[in-house]
Amino acid sequence: MSLNIVVVGHVDHGKSTVLGRLLYDTRSLPLGAVEKVKKIAHDTGKPFEYAYLLDAFEEEQQQGITIDTTQIQFATRKRDYIIIDAPGHKEFLKNMISGAANAQAALLVVDAKEGVQEQSKRHGYMLSLLGIRAVYVLINKMDLVGYDQHTFNDVAHDMKEFLASLGVSPLAYIPVSGLEGDNIAQLSPHTPWYKGESLLAALDLLPEGREATEKPLRLPIQDVYKFDARRIIAGRLEAGTIEPGDEIAIYPAGRTTVVTALPHWRENDKKTQAIAGESTGIQVRDEFFNKRGEIITKKGEKPPLVTRSLRASLFWLGKEPLLFHRKYKLKLATAEVEAELGAIVKIIDAAELKKQENRTEIRQNDVAEVVLKLKEEIACDLFTECPATGRFVLVDGYDVAGGGIVLAAEREDDKLREKTMKYIMEHLPYNGELTVIVEEGKVARLERVEKEVFSGLDGAGI
Amino acid sequence: MEHLDKLEADSIYILREAYKKLGKLGMLWSIGKDSTVLLWLTQKAFYGHSPFPFIHVDTKRKIPAMIAYRDKIAQEWGLELIVHTNQKAIDEGMGPEKGRLACCKALKTDALKEVVHAYGFDGLIVGVRRDEEGSRSKERVFSERQADDAWDYANQPPELWNQFKTDFPKGHHIRVHPLLAWNEIDIWEYIRRENIPIIDLYFAKNGKRYRSLGCACCTGQIDSTADTLDKIIEELKHTKTGERAGRKQDQEDSYAMQKLRKEGYM
Repeated sequence: MSLNIVVVGHVDHGKSTVLGRLLYDTRSLPLGAVEKVKKIAHDTGKPFEYAYLLDAFEEEQQQGITIDTTQIQFATRKRDYIIIDAPGHKEFLKNMISGAANAQAALLVVDAKEGVQEQSKRHGYMLSLLGIRAVYVLINKMDLVGYDQHTFNDVAHDMKEFLASLGVSPLAYIPVSGLEGDNIAQLSPHTPWYKGESLLAALDLLPEGREATEKPLRLPIQDVYKFDARRIIAGRLEAGTIEPGDEIAIYPAGRTTVVTALPHWRENDKKTQAIAGESTGIQVRDEFFNKRGEIITKKGEKPPLVTRSLRASLFWLGKEPLLFHRKYKLKLATAEVEAELGAIVKIIDAAELKKQENRTEIRQNDVAEVVLKLKEEIACDLFTECPATGRFVLVDGYDVAGGGIVLAAEREDDKLREKTMKYIMEHLPYNGELTVIVEEGKVARLERVEKEVFSGLDGAGI
Repeated sequence: MEHLDKLEADSIYILREAYKKLGKLGMLWSIGKDSTVLLWLTQKAFYGHSPFPFIHVDTKRKIPAMIAYRDKIAQEWGLELIVHTNQKAIDEGMGPEKGRLACCKALKTDALKEVVHAYGFDGLIVGVRRDEEGSRSKERVFSERQADDAWDYANQPPELWNQFKTDFPKGHHIRVHPLLAWNEIDIWEYIRRENIPIIDLYFAKNGKRYRSLGCACCTGQIDSTADTLDKIIEELKHTKTGERAGRKQDQEDSYAMQKLRKEGYM
């Protein structure tokens, strides 16, 4: 299995250069790539740029920025990697997320001279939101600060403080120069004070992810085929294993049946068991109606959550803001359901980690905690328990405009609490701390507000 | 999971998504190794069935052995095959001597557009890979083409967590790229593992072989003694030249492929 690593950080802090250098020094560039870039440099009269090895678009090379994410394969003696170069410009955050969403580990690049900037923080926040915990911080352009240890320590300290507030603690801070190649493929004589590993050696120290095979079965139904006499329920196992004879429960309805066979095309494809990651198909004993989006689980194992209301952390990428009273399509694994914003719990400025007060819309590049109301029940999991069935995207019109992770399935009283809170925010002048106490399915009291306010609410028919 | 198993599983997932979500679907089959692997993966995904037609854009300048191989496989596998040629351009004298990029555009891009619109395809499955070439390395798995088939490459929508672009206006279509994550060696190792029948132009004869297939006029051979799958894989592990180095249209301009692909080239 290969490990996917995304390279993130502020614009111009040298992500593509570090990466181009790493690939160049380890001779792992795609065949012919170096020759092509040398030819372009020659034709345009510009110096050879390591970044051009990744920034293939003409516009990217002319403007010296990365517009879209690139994936490139790379191997050490230990294992294979897929390295994902992500753009640092704020305008291209959607492309950065497309890259980072596929990664298990990250390199966060910070310019030694400029220090921690807005996108360094925003990207750090996105990594924490996407659940990427294995992070190296590369303090780049050390050549421009004379390989000064104090500068390195200062920048590392700033980043460390910010990341700690997100609960992210990087595995290491590495002083590098992408341009000069210091501490990239091997340790540099310019930084004798640095006692850690080179970037290349550090990559091989990254821990492997936990095998999804050992978790409870999650097989989201992708499609049901009837090409011949066989009725085949097709899908990819996101966790666990499945084999003939297994008793299964299919959610949201929770109906149970038994797996009778794992069908195959040729004799060579015959299998006795399918495991996490495999695209498979099953035949079952009781042929009731099955629908794309349902999740097959094993009887006796932990069932998924079934809900019409999700509490989620969400990032918004759409040019149009995320608004109340507007319908969106939520896609979670293979499920698709109409969704509406039920409540904004909080909006966070990802660069400053400040709460934004009194907003009724979520704007482009915002990160927020929200409650989403769904038109129908779906089966899902907490992101922390099963990432593949605990994350979703929101489609606005034709485009994916946001994504998020499931923090909780709301209970009835949670919904009532959100509804009451929303009513107060919209109808009553109130600036301050407020807690809605819900007991036995009813609003019991509002703490720190007068009884009169609450009585008025009661009459409003909440 | 083993590397090839993972690639196979993800490609099958993508094919099944395309089949479920994209209305009228077709697969481009260039007779080359990549799209022949796609053909094989289709059989696996749909349990020995091919639930959509295969399209070959014939420039009438292909290496003759390719056409013979195409017709043989199509018959053996019972494929529904659509062959299309931009005959008008050929009648008007289009050829590489008019400029290679102009020729590619007329005989490949324009011919492809004609097929898409004549049959009303909502989705076209194409066997391009990220490691082939720079503009392909920036592609999405589900990549939208506008009504005029243009690729808005500087403004691609986010694609995350296997949630692909399946909503688009009528008249647009989606290029589906199930092999984006594969590299050249993966393709050959998979062909070896699965024992996939492959056209023999890839195997060396008299010290030369094709590494990438295209039109006879614009596709060169490489010096090679690799006449078996094992030898091809071994050769690729040590070569320093690009896979498409023998494709003359790529050498016309530093951004030749970006320019061609922006207009709808595969």
